Formats: sequence, C-alpha cells, structure tokens
Amino acid sequence: MARIELTVDGAKVSDDVEPRMLLVQYLREKVGKTGTVIGCDTSNCGACTVHLDGQSVKSCNVLAVQADGGEVTTIEGLAQDGELHPMQAAFHECHALQCGFCTPGMIMQAVDLLKENPDPSEEEVRLGIEGNLCRCTGYHNIVKAVRTAAGSGGGAA
Amino acid sequence: MIPAQFDYLAPTSLDEALAALAEHGDDAKIIAGGQSLLPVLRMRLNAPEMVIDLGKIESLRGIRDDGDHLVIGAMTTHATVASDSAVAEHAALISKAVEHLADSQIRHRGTFGGALAHADPAGDLGAPALALGAEFVIAGSGGTRTVAADDFFEDLFTTAIGEDEILTEVRIPKHTGWGAHYEKFVRVAHQWPIVAVAATVKADGGTIAEARVGLTNMGSTPLRARAVEQALVGQPATEDAVREAAGAAAEGTNPPSDLNGDADYRRHLATVLTRRAVLAAAGG
Repeated sequence: MARIELTVDGAKVSDDVEPRMLLVQYLREKVGKTGTVIGCDTSNCGACTVHLDGQSVKSCNVLAVQADGGEVTTIEGLAQDGELHPMQAAFHECHALQCGFCTPGMIMQAVDLLKENPDPSEEEVRLGIEGNLCRCTGYHNIVKAVRTAAGSGGGAA
Repeated sequence: MIPAQFDYLAPTSLDEALAALAEHGDDAKIIAGGQSLLPVLRMRLNAPEMVIDLGKIESLRGIRDDGDHLVIGAMTTHATVASDSAVAEHAALISKAVEHLADSQIRHRGTFGGALAHADPAGDLGAPALALGAEFVIAGSGGTRTVAADDFFEDLFTTAIGEDEILTEVRIPKHTGWGAHYEKFVRVAHQWPIVAVAATVKADGGTIAEARVGLTNMGSTPLRARAVEQALVGQPATEDAVREAAGAAAEGTNPPSDLNGDADYRRHLATVLTRRAVLAAAGG
C-alpha cells in the first residue's frame, strides 16, 4: 500500500491505496465521485476525463499514486453554489447529449480546451475534443455547445 | 481492467532512481507519463514486480537552450514541447509532430523521453528525432553516455537504453530557419499513424539546399529516407521535382502488413506522403 494525499473538488483527501489502483477507480470507489465514469477502459474514449493540476487527463490512464500531491477537479466540482458551470449550461441549452455517458468527460475536456483557446473555430473544437468519443450525437450539438459556452466565459474551472 | 499487483517507488532524484533500478534489475519497469505503459499493464501484456515512477524528479523536466542544441528533458510533457517557442523556432519538425500526437489529454501526461524510450515504430517522435539527428543522453550507475539517433532505435520497442539505465534528456541540433512538416495518414482521429513522414527542408530561394526525411511505421524502427534526402539536394521545390525524388522513399524499408494496409500499400503511401511533406516543408 502507498499513502497518497490530494485535493479532490476542493476537499483534501488521503488514503492508503494499492499502487495499481487507477485514478478513476480511486475517485469513484474511495472518494465517491461517481459522476466521473469509466467508458472504454482503454484510454480511447475520454469519458473518464478529469483535470489534474489544471490539465485534462484520462483518469483511467493515470495511477492514483501518480496523482499524489495533486489537485483533481471532476465533473462534480464544476458547478458553484448550485449554479451550473457555463459549459454545463451550454450542453443543457444546446441539447448536446443523448444517452449522456460521454458527457462528464466531454464537458471536462471542453472546459480545458477553452482555457487554452477561449474562442475556438468549429474545426478547432472538433480537434480539441478528438480524444472524446460520442456514439449518439454525431458531435454536432456538442460542437455548438462548446462554441456557445465560449461566448459566455466557459473556460474557467 | 486493472494491472497485476506491483510494488511502487517514486524517487525524487535521478541517483535514487538509478539505485532502485540497479537493485530490482529486470523485475523493474520505469514509468514516465504512463500513457503507453498503463494500457500495457492493464491488459496484462506485461507485469513488472516493481514500477519506478520518474514523476517526482524535477530535474528531468524542461527545455533549455544549449548553444547549437536544444535540450529537452525526458520527462517534459508533449503539451509543453508543443507550446514551446524555442522548439518552434529551432526544431519546427518536433513541434509539427507533437501538435497532433495522440489527443489533448494524452499530450498533457505523456512525455517526450517516455515516448522515445518506448520506441513504438508507429510513434510520432522517432522519425523527427532521427531526421534531426537527435542525441540521446542516457544515465547509468557508471555515469552518462550519449547515443546518436542512428544508433538509438534498435528494433521493435527496443532501444540502446540498457536495463540499468535511464534516458535523461534529448539533445536536438538546431535547425533554425528550416521549414518543416509532419504528414500523417490515419483512418480516424487520434489513431496511430498507418504511415507518417517527417520532413524538414532548408530552402534557398526556390531551391532545396538540404533536406532531412524520417519515416514512421515503415519498419521495426523509425527510418531515414536517405535516398530521398540526397535526390532533393539542389532541386527546385516544385511538384514535379519533389515527386521524382520522393519516388525513392520506400527504398530499404520493411513495412508491416496489417488490417490498415499491406506492405505494398504502405510503400506507395510513403512516396505520396513524402512528396506532400517535403513540399509543405519547402513552402515554409
């Protein structure tokens, strides 16, 4: 077992974990952040995307021990004081989901994208979310939501 | 999918890491960013008893200017390399290749040295490193040695790094003012390239003075297309002249055959992508 200490959605947590435990498992099973989902489990689909030290990562492809000392933001940490984050609001507004399984990761990646590029073109949005797969929407409304959020300051996490 | 059990060390200095590696020998595996290693461990294609994490060794991160060379620390992430202005100015070919490597999340975690040490023949960094004549600085218990790019890639997933050694930095000779392009052929987004070509060109007016061309996924290691490089010297940067030179791109290669394409298809692709890459590089 290895001792890890990190911050998850603003709260300090510490645990003894097996070195082989994945960050996504840790978040879901130890911290209870089940808003972050496991999709493909092969680091392709991006459904498990969270922010680690301010950058998007696929949490199925990071060991919990690698996140020791770090700061994690999950989809559950985006809304502030009961107000949806602008990106969440834009996904709602633009109907950017159908089954919703890719949505937590898609939103986390979209927020990261706007931090690096606050006003992306349609093509830049599509490139920016290329690590996130959606099997329902054909991406059209997702791209629309990201550009809508860009107009309302959706890059701040 | 969860990896098999392993013990874990996160040393804070290179000396500690080398000592741990010496102690655990071939039972140990180094983890850099882990973006290639973790899928392998989860699918249990490999099950080391000890994983040594370089993530807490700050001295392995960063990019510095060293006169004629840029020096990229092995643990520098792809995202950092992609956004570095010195890399864009002095080794544009690296910037071009890293920009579309994997996807954004992977670029945030994956490292320059980790990807090169992993030596996947379909990896995007081998061909540019080879084309630019990179030098690999490798530390062991007996000290540090430098290996030329031509001697670094030995075979599929195999490099000159010894079992008790760690890649610490990569020295890239500056190619200031050279145009560069990385032309990658993929079927779907964020896939490994079926074939890719890394080209960097020093143009003098409309004439190609010098060219370097590297090939991705055309054999068990990245390869230099030397016949193309030689044929390009002194040629005008026109479609016809570059097409003629690029016809030699598949010479001496041994590409794989798989579901994405057979070897002949890849040989043809290499000539087409070489033409596109060289023309784009020559055009600025």
